[in-house]
Amino acid sequence: MALLEVNNLEVSFGLRSGGVKALRDINFKLDRGERIGVVGESGAGKSVLGFSILNLISNPGSITGGEILFEGKNLSKLSAGELRSVRGNRISMIFQDPMMTLNPVLTVGEQMIECLMAHRKIRKEDARNIALQKLKQVYIPSPETRLDQYPHELSGGMRQRIVIAIGLLMDPDIIIADEPTTALDVTIQAEIMELMLELCERNNVALILITHDLGVVSQVTQRTIVMYAGRIIEQGPTKEIINDAQHPYTQGLMNALPQMAVPGARLNQIRGAMPPLQRIPTGCAFNPRCDYVTETCKHNLPGFTESGSCLVACHMVAEMKREAAQAASLAQEVQS
Amino acid sequence: MIAFLIKRTLQAMVVMFVISLISFSIQDNLGDPLRELVGVSVSEVEREKLRDDLGLNDPFLVQYGRFAANALHGDLGTSYFFKEPALDVILKKLPATLELVFGATLIIVVLSVPLGVYSAIKPGSLLSRLVMGLSIVGISIPVFLTAIGLIYLFSIELGWMPSYGRGETSSLLGWDSGLFTGDGLHHLILPSFTLASIMLPLFIRLIRAEMMEVLQSEYVKFAWAKGISPWRIYFVHALKNTMLPVITVGGVQIGTMVAYTILTETVFQWPGMGFLFLEAVNRVDTPLIVAYLIVVGAIFVVTNTLVDLIYGLVNPTVKLAGGK
Repeated sequence: MALLEVNNLEVSFGLRSGGVKALRDINFKLDRGERIGVVGESGAGKSVLGFSILNLISNPGSITGGEILFEGKNLSKLSAGELRSVRGNRISMIFQDPMMTLNPVLTVGEQMIECLMAHRKIRKEDARNIALQKLKQVYIPSPETRLDQYPHELSGGMRQRIVIAIGLLMDPDIIIADEPTTALDVTIQAEIMELMLELCERNNVALILITHDLGVVSQVTQRTIVMYAGRIIEQGPTKEIINDAQHPYTQGLMNALPQMAVPGARLNQIRGAMPPLQRIPTGCAFNPRCDYVTETCKHNLPGFTESGSCLVACHMVAEMKREAAQAASLAQEVQS
Repeated sequence: MIAFLIKRTLQAMVVMFVISLISFSIQDNLGDPLRELVGVSVSEVEREKLRDDLGLNDPFLVQYGRFAANALHGDLGTSYFFKEPALDVILKKLPATLELVFGATLIIVVLSVPLGVYSAIKPGSLLSRLVMGLSIVGISIPVFLTAIGLIYLFSIELGWMPSYGRGETSSLLGWDSGLFTGDGLHHLILPSFTLASIMLPLFIRLIRAEMMEVLQSEYVKFAWAKGISPWRIYFVHALKNTMLPVITVGGVQIGTMVAYTILTETVFQWPGMGFLFLEAVNRVDTPLIVAYLIVVGAIFVVTNTLVDLIYGLVNPTVKLAGGK
C-alpha cells in the first residue's frame, strides 16, 4: 500500500460569482521515502494541492470530492482533532516565505516547543532538548542562543532552516514543501535544497516538492507531476519527463528553460497565458496555446495515455509518436 | 531605557510648554472674569483698579511669563471662585474622575477582547452580527443621550441603580475613594457604562478587524499546519499580534476618555474634574480652566509614555532607544 494515495481529488472555491474548481481529477501515489515534484505555472493549483492534503485550504475553499488516503485513513473525512494529530506530526509543511512563516512575537524556542507539546506528552525541558537537536541537524550555528531569539533577529536562510527544523520535529512520514526556496537569495537556495535532500534521505522522509524550478526537480525528486489549470497533465519518473517530455505543455516548459536557448537568441516561451479558473476552455484546457491542436482537442477532455512509464493527458501523444516513428523510418529509408 | 526616559521627558516638556501656551492664550476669549467676580454694583474705577491688581492689564507675554514662572513652582494660579490654589481644587476632584475612567477602562477591556476575538473567529454567527450591529448603534448615540437613557431605564423605571452622585466613599492611604464601599461601587456602574459606551464599540471593531487580518497571515496558517490547538492559535499566536496596534490606539483613547468625562460627570452629577471644569467655564474662573487643561495635557503625556513602554515590552521587534 502506498503511504499516500490521492484519488479523484476535487477542490472548489465558492465565490459570489459561483463555484470555481481549483483542482479536478487529481490522482497520484506517494511511497515511503519517495520524493515527488509538482511543477506548473503560477495558478496551476500546485499550492492548493499541497494545502488540500492536510485539509488546510482556507475559506471559501474546500475539498468537494475524492479522497486522500494516508496509511489507509481518508484525511478529508477526519474530525478536526484527528486531523490535528496528523498535521505537524505525521505530515508537516514547509512554507514559501520564511519571513512570514514564523510568528514575530514568539521566540524560536516557543514555536518549536509548542509543536512538540501538542503531539507528545513531554516535559518542557525534554521538548527543548529535542528542539536543540533538530536545530543542530539543520546546521544552525549556536542553536542554544537561537532558541531564545525572535525571528526578526535571524536572516532569511536561517529562518528557513528553522522552519525545516520545525517540520522535522516529530520525525514525520511526509514533508510537503511549498516552494521552499523561492523567497530566498539565489546563493542560499542551493544550500537549503541540498539540506532538504540530505535530511529526507537520511530520515527516509517522503517529500512533496512544489516548485517552479525544473532544475531542482531533476536533482531532488524521483517522480514528477506536471499541472495545468487545476489538473495533472503528465506524471511519471522525473528522468523520463525531463529527458523526453510527452505533453506539449511540458515540452514547452522544458524549452522555456534559459539553458535550452541558443545564446544571444530570444528565450523560448509558451505563447498565451494560463486561463483563469472561471474560464477554462472546453476540451483540453491547454488547446488555445498548443501547437498540435486539433478539433478533438477543442471538444473532448483527453484521458490519460500511457507512454513509457508516464501518464500523459493528451489526444495527440499517440499521433505525435506515430509521426516521430514515421520520420525516423523515413530517415532510415533515405539513408539506406 | 534611561536614554529613552530622558528623551521622552524632554519631549514631554516641549509638549507641556505648548499646551500651557495655548491654554493660557485662550483665557482672554472666555469672558470677563470681573463680571462674575464682583457683580454689578461695583463702579468702573474700582473694576479697573482690581484689573490692575490681578495683572489682567499687562501685556500677554508678561502675563504668560508670570504664569509660567509660578507654574514651574507648582502654582497654577488661584481659583477666583474657590479662593484656593487651582491645582489643589483640581487634584481634590481627580480621584473621582480617575475612578470613573478606571471603571470604564475595565469594562472596555473585559468586554472588547472576548467579543472582538469571537466575532473575528466566527464572523458569520448570529452573535457576531448582533455585536457588530449594536456597536454601530453604540458609536452613533451621543454620550449624554446614553446617560439619560440608562438613568431612565435603570434608575427610574427599574429602580436598580442610583441616578446621580458618587455615593459613600472611604479613605485609603489618603485617597478618598468610592471603590472600596458597596455603595460607591453601586454608584459607579451607570457612569462607567456611559463613559465606555463610545469607546467599547470602537475597540470591539478594532480588535475584530486586526484579528481577522492576523488570522489570514502566513504564520497563523503555519501554526495550523503544526497541528497545535485552536485555543493556542487564537489566544497566543493571533491575539498577541492583534493587540499591538490596539495598545497604541488604546493609549490615546484613555486620554480622550478623560476628556469625555465632562459629559458623563455632568449628567450624573459626578463630583470629578470634568464637572468642575464645566462649572469653571460657567463662572469664567480662568485660572481653574487653565489649570484643568494643563492637568489633562499632563495625563495625556504620561499615558502615552506608559503605552510606548508597554508596547516595547509586548513587541520584541521594537527596541526602546538605548535599550538592550
